[in-house]
Amino acid sequence: MKAFTQVTSHVTPLDRPNVDTDAIIPKQYLKSIRRTGFGPFLFDDWRYLDPGTLEVDPATRRPNPEFVLNDARHAGAQVLIARDNFGCGSSREHAVWALDDYGFRAVIAPSFADIFFSNCFKNGVLPVTLQAEEVQAIFEIVNADAAAQIVIDLPAQEVRLPDGRVFKFQINPHHKHNMVNGLDEIGLTLQQGDAIKAYEAKRRAEAPWLFN
Amino acid sequence: MAKTLYDKIWDAHVVADNGDGSALIYIDRHLVHEVTSPQAFDGLRMNGRKPWRLNANLAVADHNVPTTPDRVNGIKDPISRAQVDALDANCAEYGITEFRMNDHRQGIVHVVGPEQGATLPGMTVVCGDSHTSTHGAFGALAFGIGTSEVEHTLATQTLVLKKAKTMLIRVNGHVGPGVTAKDITLAIIGRIGTAGGTGYVVEYAGEAIQDLSMEGRMTLCNMAIEGGARAGLVAVDDKTIAYAKGRPYSPKPEQWDAAVANWKQLHSDPDAKFDAVVELDAKDIEPQVTWGTSPEMVGPVSARVPDPAQEADPVKRNGMEKALAYMGLDANTPIEQINIDKVFIGSCTNSRIEDLRAAAAVVKGRKKAANVKLAMVVPGSGLVKSQAESEGLDKVFLEAGFEWREPGCSMCLAMNADRLEPGERCASTSNRNFESRQGQGGRTHLVSPAMAAAAGIAGHFVDVRAL
Ligand code: SF4
Repeated sequence: MKAFTQVTSHVTPLDRPNVDTDAIIPKQYLKSIRRTGFGPFLFDDWRYLDPGTLEVDPATRRPNPEFVLNDARHAGAQVLIARDNFGCGSSREHAVWALDDYGFRAVIAPSFADIFFSNCFKNGVLPVTLQAEEVQAIFEIVNADAAAQIVIDLPAQEVRLPDGRVFKFQINPHHKHNMVNGLDEIGLTLQQGDAIKAYEAKRRAEAPWLFN
Repeated sequence: MAKTLYDKIWDAHVVADNGDGSALIYIDRHLVHEVTSPQAFDGLRMNGRKPWRLNANLAVADHNVPTTPDRVNGIKDPISRAQVDALDANCAEYGITEFRMNDHRQGIVHVVGPEQGATLPGMTVVCGDSHTSTHGAFGALAFGIGTSEVEHTLATQTLVLKKAKTMLIRVNGHVGPGVTAKDITLAIIGRIGTAGGTGYVVEYAGEAIQDLSMEGRMTLCNMAIEGGARAGLVAVDDKTIAYAKGRPYSPKPEQWDAAVANWKQLHSDPDAKFDAVVELDAKDIEPQVTWGTSPEMVGPVSARVPDPAQEADPVKRNGMEKALAYMGLDANTPIEQINIDKVFIGSCTNSRIEDLRAAAAVVKGRKKAANVKLAMVVPGSGLVKSQAESEGLDKVFLEAGFEWREPGCSMCLAMNADRLEPGERCASTSNRNFESRQGQGGRTHLVSPAMAAAAGIAGHFVDVRAL
């Protein structure tokens, strides 16, 4: 996994609550059996006027000028900000792969849905939970000046604004450690293989039907 | 110390405690389907790893499979076929049990698991699918995971999890006739909101929940995730134990008594503390219909489409306006005056035998309304399908002008050929009314099977109790 320490970037404002994973990456793209290449289809229904599938070259589809991702001022932003309950709905990790492939390294919102939140940590995309007022403050700054840059500092657990304000955020220490160091979680767990085997032996004696 | 049901299952599965509120948790059952697994198998291969315990896994293709009878000849759409082929090849390569498309046991993964006894009380059950919460109906800790966690489960038979908070949702008293598990679960989401359960594992209790059959409890827990809770739970009782008996993966006769003794402990202790408690009165719950693009945008069939102008919170008002524009609805329209184009009876929420019986009872002797272009019934599994056929339900549907299909996810998410066209409006028994969920530009109203059937007959929403 890619390590995440600090990102300095302007911000794409997506002013919606309950952005669900169907909206982040629609189902027709889940037919891909790869992990990459989802970026052009991020927010597909909102982003293009013409419908798309895996077989249609996105360059041939008309972009929706109303949608924020098509606003040239936000091009290249590595941070997305949205409202409550970001990433609700389907467990599809493709949603995080699409954000990552597009170039977002972090998403800021007042709250995230649980499965999306944990999927982020597997892919080096940082979900940052701030208070609703703090999110509102960032929206105001970005709406006033699309070029405004913020800093997300994971080791310090803070978001720094261009006007000097600093917002602290919470993060599980285990998640933080793996993310800052870009660790492979499966490899780490396999180091506990003996504990897993011991658990299985004990459990098999107590509840053998679980191993049928 | 008094424990909740969640605490009991958690404690029984801790392999190693990390001491920071998270632990390495053992996974008893891993259900696998074609959409979220190919990248996980690729990950295993790339790292030269093998599945930790083969017989913990059970795989079935459901999302992409066609529901038309010609599927015996294979899948025509090359991209869907590639994904199903990848599952077949991965399961064959690693030796994982799979029910392939034309196997009579094939169906939606959340229907198949319990039906096979692969979901049992007290288990931890995961699947790369958010509606894994369904299996909580058995007093099992069951939740959806992403593809990286699918790979982690395959490789280690464990997951690193943070302990959730607990919420008790008690539905007191008894629901009236014509009110189903779907209406209860929608009414709960209407109350707590789609993020109300975020960070929690929900336990459902109260007379109205005890009254539910196992099918009803699966419908209830299926939608726990739509209320934000990764998992829902119902305590084990005699119905749970009776359901779990005699299925292919059930405890063997010589294991049965010990299993039952263990399962009888699977309830929250009377004085267990929950982090949050929500109470509803069952008698207040009417048949529900969603009107917007999020399951929390729901109300009783007797209501009107709400007016965003009455909403004080600007973020909410904006969301409502966007939803009504997408749904093509005017504020204050009576729900019963909304005409529909299609009916979908199916999905892991409502495609079990009891659901089909409830829909058939409404349809029997009646005809689909002329304005309804398509009414399709998609059983949850091959076994549900043959049970329904042995009861003559297929004939009831066909005589009313409804279509009778092969099992799969179908128009719940429209990854196969079953879908809404732009602007089409559907009475659907599925669980998500998100924009374009059932087809680009499609408009979904979530209802119970009886309500979907009634809408198919009337051509618009009606209170099934008045039919
Ligand atoms: S029926 Fe729908 S919700 Fe259920 S697993 Fe299939 S696609 Fe997901």
